[in-house]
Amino acid sequence: MSELARLGLVEARARLRRREISAVELTRACLEAMERGRHLNAFITETPDRALAMAEAADARLARGAGGLLEGLPVAVKDLFCTAGVRTTAGSKILANFVPPYESTVTARLWAEGAVLLGKTNLDEFAMGSSNTTSAFGPVINPWTPPGREPPLVPGGSSGGSAAAVAGFLCPAATGTDTGGSIRQPASFCGIVGIKPTYGRCSRFGIVAFASSLDQAGAFARSVEDAALLLQAMAGFDPKDGTSADLPVPDWSGGLSGRVKGLRIGIPREYRLDGMPAEIEALWAKGADWLRAQGAELVEVSLPHTRYALPTYYIVAPAEASSNLARYDGMRYGLRVPGRDLVDTYKRTRGAGFGAEVRRRILIGTYVLSAGYYDAYYLKAQKVRRKIVQDFEAAFTRCDALLTPTAPSAAFAIGEKSDDPVSMYLNDVFTVTVNLAGLPGISVPAGVSASGLPLGLQVIGRPWDEATILDVARALEEAAAFRALPPGAPEA
Amino acid sequence: MGWTIRGRTGEWELVCGLEVHAQVISKAKLFSAAATAFGAEPNTQVSPVDAGMPGMLPVLNGFCVEQAVKTGLALEAEINRLSIFERKNYFYPDLPQGYQISQYQAPIVGKGRISIDLPDGTTRAIGITRLHLEQDAGKSLHGAREGVTLIDLNRCGVALMEIVSEPDIRAPEEAVLYLKKLRSILRYIGTCDGNMEEGSLRCDANVSVRRVGETRFGTRCEIKNVNSMRFVAKAIEYEAKRQVDLLEAGGVVEQETRLFDAAKGETRSMRGKEEAHDYRYFPDPDLLPLELEEELIARLRAELPELPDAKKARFVREYGLSAYDAGVLVAERAAADYFERVAAGRDGKAAANWVINELFGALARRGLEIEACPLPPEALGELLDLLAEGTISGKIAKEVFQKAFESGRRPRAIVEAEGLRQVADAGAIEPVVARLVADNPQQVENAKKNPKVVGWFVGQVMKATGGKANPALVNDLVRRALGLD
Repeated sequence: MSELARLGLVEARARLRRREISAVELTRACLEAMERGRHLNAFITETPDRALAMAEAADARLARGAGGLLEGLPVAVKDLFCTAGVRTTAGSKILANFVPPYESTVTARLWAEGAVLLGKTNLDEFAMGSSNTTSAFGPVINPWTPPGREPPLVPGGSSGGSAAAVAGFLCPAATGTDTGGSIRQPASFCGIVGIKPTYGRCSRFGIVAFASSLDQAGAFARSVEDAALLLQAMAGFDPKDGTSADLPVPDWSGGLSGRVKGLRIGIPREYRLDGMPAEIEALWAKGADWLRAQGAELVEVSLPHTRYALPTYYIVAPAEASSNLARYDGMRYGLRVPGRDLVDTYKRTRGAGFGAEVRRRILIGTYVLSAGYYDAYYLKAQKVRRKIVQDFEAAFTRCDALLTPTAPSAAFAIGEKSDDPVSMYLNDVFTVTVNLAGLPGISVPAGVSASGLPLGLQVIGRPWDEATILDVARALEEAAAFRALPPGAPEA
Repeated sequence: MGWTIRGRTGEWELVCGLEVHAQVISKAKLFSAAATAFGAEPNTQVSPVDAGMPGMLPVLNGFCVEQAVKTGLALEAEINRLSIFERKNYFYPDLPQGYQISQYQAPIVGKGRISIDLPDGTTRAIGITRLHLEQDAGKSLHGAREGVTLIDLNRCGVALMEIVSEPDIRAPEEAVLYLKKLRSILRYIGTCDGNMEEGSLRCDANVSVRRVGETRFGTRCEIKNVNSMRFVAKAIEYEAKRQVDLLEAGGVVEQETRLFDAAKGETRSMRGKEEAHDYRYFPDPDLLPLELEEELIARLRAELPELPDAKKARFVREYGLSAYDAGVLVAERAAADYFERVAAGRDGKAAANWVINELFGALARRGLEIEACPLPPEALGELLDLLAEGTISGKIAKEVFQKAFESGRRPRAIVEAEGLRQVADAGAIEPVVARLVADNPQQVENAKKNPKVVGWFVGQVMKATGGKANPALVNDLVRRALGLD
């Protein structure tokens, strides 16, 4: 494997600027790595021709001494971001042949900054899942799967393809979306960094919607610095999204210090779950020690409504999804299965086009919004959501950031939790609260489990304070000195 | 007691409220930048947002919000500082998102009122329950092509104001007056063109009946598709009578949605209560709650023009018009403006008569709106001046009016060019009178016995002078020639 495929964004960027390497060489190295890594099923669509053309254009700009923040840097894009002229499936059969005529704002920003599109990554269907096993394009395999192990390990989800592609050195960075943990949990399972910014930081325009009040785009990379750089290019106000925030985007990558001295780090009492694996508990304590050692002050805080977060999430998200997915009706684009009459056509189209998990969530969402149930479920969930927000507001009067585990376990095997949706949903227990409150959160690899699988720690910040969680994550990254590599990773 | 239905068993009263969908005048749609022109080629005014494409998001059009606030102010209604857009979920091919963005629990405008002018000269207030903003659906074209339904999404996403009245209407004719008044106000403030033929103004009626004296409401039916002024009263009356017949026969009124069939003049069941949709309304997570600032409301209030009621009162006060004439003149803002330009510095009543009788008549005959009037108000004013000066007679004035209306020439120019100036010179009329007296000795004798015959002489003089002679002067000269003075 080419040494170039090992490069992170920041390092590659420096070498591109110095003209030591070209964008075309770098892109070729990634395309070759993608070819060799096809067994991971990380990509739904590879775009080699487009990638090379974009790389050539980037080289031309670099040669002129011009170029944007990500000039010549290849990235993968979760197949939930609409890309003009490139098939965008959302991991669903119902959009299997959908080619959007428009570009999402986030990807448009990437291309404007000179990034190169390698392809569209696999995901749970419509981003609904925590294991990337609900994709109509087959499950993604976690690069950390020990050789010969059957069934293989999941990369987490829903942004499993992006996480596997970055962890498996198929690309230096990738975009993801996070509705209940869909960036942070796969980052934890795959031993990489994943950041979800504050709700409203990245435009949702052109991102296939799952749950609009929770969906937020974010970044995967192999280092905090790289993740900061990618996110910086993705973020920013967009008048095409009414929930986008009109705030300047700070120079997160340039401003990254990793200094935590004097910061107050909250440890939320309620995140200590019964039956949580001891190794997770131990890693969490270790994380706290590392930060204390670097001068942070650790404080115990309380988020009393934490135990209601998961049920709240699994009412709000399906409710919004049931409405957001109504547009996939076979009338204008996507799959259409003709029936006897209009209603029959709807039933056949949606029955054939949506997988079991998507159908389950549409049913749940339709139910909780129905007359007679709305108050008991949806309205109640909205009230609890408000309480959860207030919990965080209160906690942040006592600390500057929160430290928690990212997920309650390391990666599990494909099929392991598939027959029990509730145990699958429990994967999101530490991450959904952050989406419900619209806060920024980051997962950083901090250690390995007894079986040698990566485990992540999550840092949660105040709204719009991505800078602080990036610094805390950088401090953890440095202290953890996480050097483990997945089997088959390129040699240093 | 006003309008009632006399049934077999007694008198029944109508209880009716209207739900009006008024298309907001705006170049762009409520949540997208696509155009809204009427009559464009199908599917040429559709953005990816309107078509419900994946990942597309609604962005609220601030101008439509201002239009709704303006309308609320004109309806003397509460403007809600915070309102919420919600999704009304249902599947239909002309609803690409699978939901309509509307306002449900928190509309932008609350309670208001419209005052209607009853034929007996009194006025009645009809309450407004609320006004909310929502997007229109597309159009399904059934049968345009064999075996398929075609969809036109041009209208999809166009901003509508749903204006709901209180159940205050007690007579079918009041519903018409309410609609006319509402339409007039909307046109005054430029928030809806009120064109019912093009569907810019659509009306549903909620109808129930109860025995006279009863205070509780009966079960209501919603009548859809009452989309012309002509049919509103018909549909309501038919439905009220149907309910009375049903109740008197021992039946019960089912709460249902009924469709008005204009061709047959009857209503028929569309869907019953049990088939009613569960729309699963919930706040649209793509749109933040809409907050209105006081400055905006104050600015829009300041921008409101004089409204029909105020204008009518002023016309009565300033021009001495009858309430009826004033009401006719203010129905359309353009007509009222026209009248005021004619009346400026002139006799208001005369101006009103000419505008209402001659001008409106001529426009109606030519099928023209006041905006397309070929006769500018200055020209009509000139005609009134010619009349007031005594330059032309009333009879000639009508002739000149027709000529000016048809040719666009100015009245004074027509009078000069065609020699229509009134003859007020006794020297020019005396020879005509003298000849008539000489030629008709018998009539002269008759006139001496019967003064009414004087009129015959005056008529003959007028005829001989082509109507140009000043009638008062002719009268004087005739009487003198006949020795009657």
